[in-house]
Amino acid sequence: MSEPRPAVPDGQASSRPAFTKSEMMIVAAARELAGQRVCFVGVGLPNIAVNLARLTVATELELVYESGAFGAKPARLPLSIGDPTIVTGATAAVSMFELFSFYLQGGLVDVGFLGAAQIDRFGNINSTVIGDYEHPKTRLPGSGGACEIAINARQVFVIMRQSKRSFVDTIDFRTSPGNLGGAEAAARIRREQGWLGSGPSVVVTDLGIYHFDETGEMRLDSIHPGATLEQVRETIGWEPKQADPLRTTSEPTAEELRLIREELDPEGAYTK
Amino acid sequence: MDKVASMRDAVAALVHDGDVVAIEGFTHLICFAAGHEIIRQRKRDLTLARLTPDLIYDQMVAAGTARKLVFSWLGNPGVGGLHAIRRRIEASAGEATAGRAPDQAPLELEEYSHFGMVGRYTAGASNLPFYPLRSYFETDLPKANPLIRPIRSPYGDETVYAVPPLKPDVTVVHAQRADAAGDTQMWGLLGCQKEAAFAAERVIVVVEELVSEDVIRADPNRTVIPGLIVDAVVVEPWGAHPSYVQGSYDRDNHFYRDWDAISREAAGTQAWLDEWVYGTSGRAEYVEKLGADRLQSLKPSGRAPSGSVDYGVYE
Repeated sequence: MSEPRPAVPDGQASSRPAFTKSEMMIVAAARELAGQRVCFVGVGLPNIAVNLARLTVATELELVYESGAFGAKPARLPLSIGDPTIVTGATAAVSMFELFSFYLQGGLVDVGFLGAAQIDRFGNINSTVIGDYEHPKTRLPGSGGACEIAINARQVFVIMRQSKRSFVDTIDFRTSPGNLGGAEAAARIRREQGWLGSGPSVVVTDLGIYHFDETGEMRLDSIHPGATLEQVRETIGWEPKQADPLRTTSEPTAEELRLIREELDPEGAYTK
Repeated sequence: MDKVASMRDAVAALVHDGDVVAIEGFTHLICFAAGHEIIRQRKRDLTLARLTPDLIYDQMVAAGTARKLVFSWLGNPGVGGLHAIRRRIEASAGEATAGRAPDQAPLELEEYSHFGMVGRYTAGASNLPFYPLRSYFETDLPKANPLIRPIRSPYGDETVYAVPPLKPDVTVVHAQRADAAGDTQMWGLLGCQKEAAFAAERVIVVVEELVSEDVIRADPNRTVIPGLIVDAVVVEPWGAHPSYVQGSYDRDNHFYRDWDAISREAAGTQAWLDEWVYGTSGRAEYVEKLGADRLQSLKPSGRAPSGSVDYGVYE
């Protein structure tokens, strides 16, 4: 997180806008929201990505915060997901019971946007503990609403930085189900249990964009400018599948960078 | 019936050692004033229930009031971890614990998801034996907490998970206003205060402003908690700081960030409690100590009044 800003990626002409890896990740995640209608916003990086999408590729996006705001129009980037700015001017402020029962479990949320401490190749997520549950090496925050978002949102987007500690072969605790052990079993359980969600669909990292293939496994579809395949392999606990041909993510535009730096995160809390 | 009481009297009369206590409010309307008074009165062996323990339970755990935490998200939102609680969790990891001071004894955890906690209050409030939800399937949470149990639908093959009712001995709710009988109105994020209050044996309402019954009756849709279930009404302006009250004052995000450093070591945490909790007689003194500049900086930058609606007269 001590990455200098702005940084010019290797091999890029200096006339192009310079940007950080975090900015690239936020921009890539925001673009994935094009065409979506209702998005459930998590704490941290999802918060800035979703707000950028609302100002760019998805101006009709309805932001839902688990704290109870629907159709939020935050006038500042909230530090917490329960900030007063998400209430003033929102379409509705509802109880958490209504939010989780009617909006989320009722199937009205198109995209649930999550962060995670650990993720595996099938998009199963751990945000509870590193190590053993009873005697954890690191105690993490826990589910919050993540478990029910992963099950009930029509699709799940994940945004997180890549590292060997976070992209692991086996997660230490399954807080939020992804494609379980593979697409076939996951689809059967979702069908038999009457779930309205179809599980994870996108993982955006500081190095690239992954979607899930027909087996339910993550596949690198696009690599960010400046990132290398070697970096991708060094920061992932399994041999990652990759699309052929592999795309290169378009650089952030000047306008996307302006919105992040001047409007959404002037203090650089998320983008340093 | 006039239920107006001082915070000191309300906590002394209604919060007992060993109680299950819920000070609810999701980011918004968290009653730090009540938590601090519970610390001052040195209540012990409490089971503290909240979706997000937040700084208030970090402080109450640091002060040795709690033996158990019931929760769904353990952190300082947007900042990091809760260090006093983390220290107590680490203390639980297999070391000899007999004879420890209450602020160092192990802390029991009972963990759910947000919807699970909301469902627990809902079952408690509506006298149901459990609340069913689709969460938890194919997760490790039921292994971590055996009270989360699968049940088969009586109408088909679906399996849902059940969570048990949560009936706090006492729930504390902070709100914008109430009348002396405890009829309580709030606006902004409502969290699960209504469910937590109806589920509780006893309810303490803490408000920014005491209003007449006429004010309540002029806008009945805004009443979240009826006086019927309220035992005490405490009038405590700024009682939610560093949490916030929609329309009155902002969340003190600087304090939420500062707490990270204050609470990183046990000694610093205790020094803060000595200065700001044990060292003040109550919320009024705490507010005075915060100072006019700090308070002014937390005022909303402008007004955004609601429109008014016409309920009509039907005689």
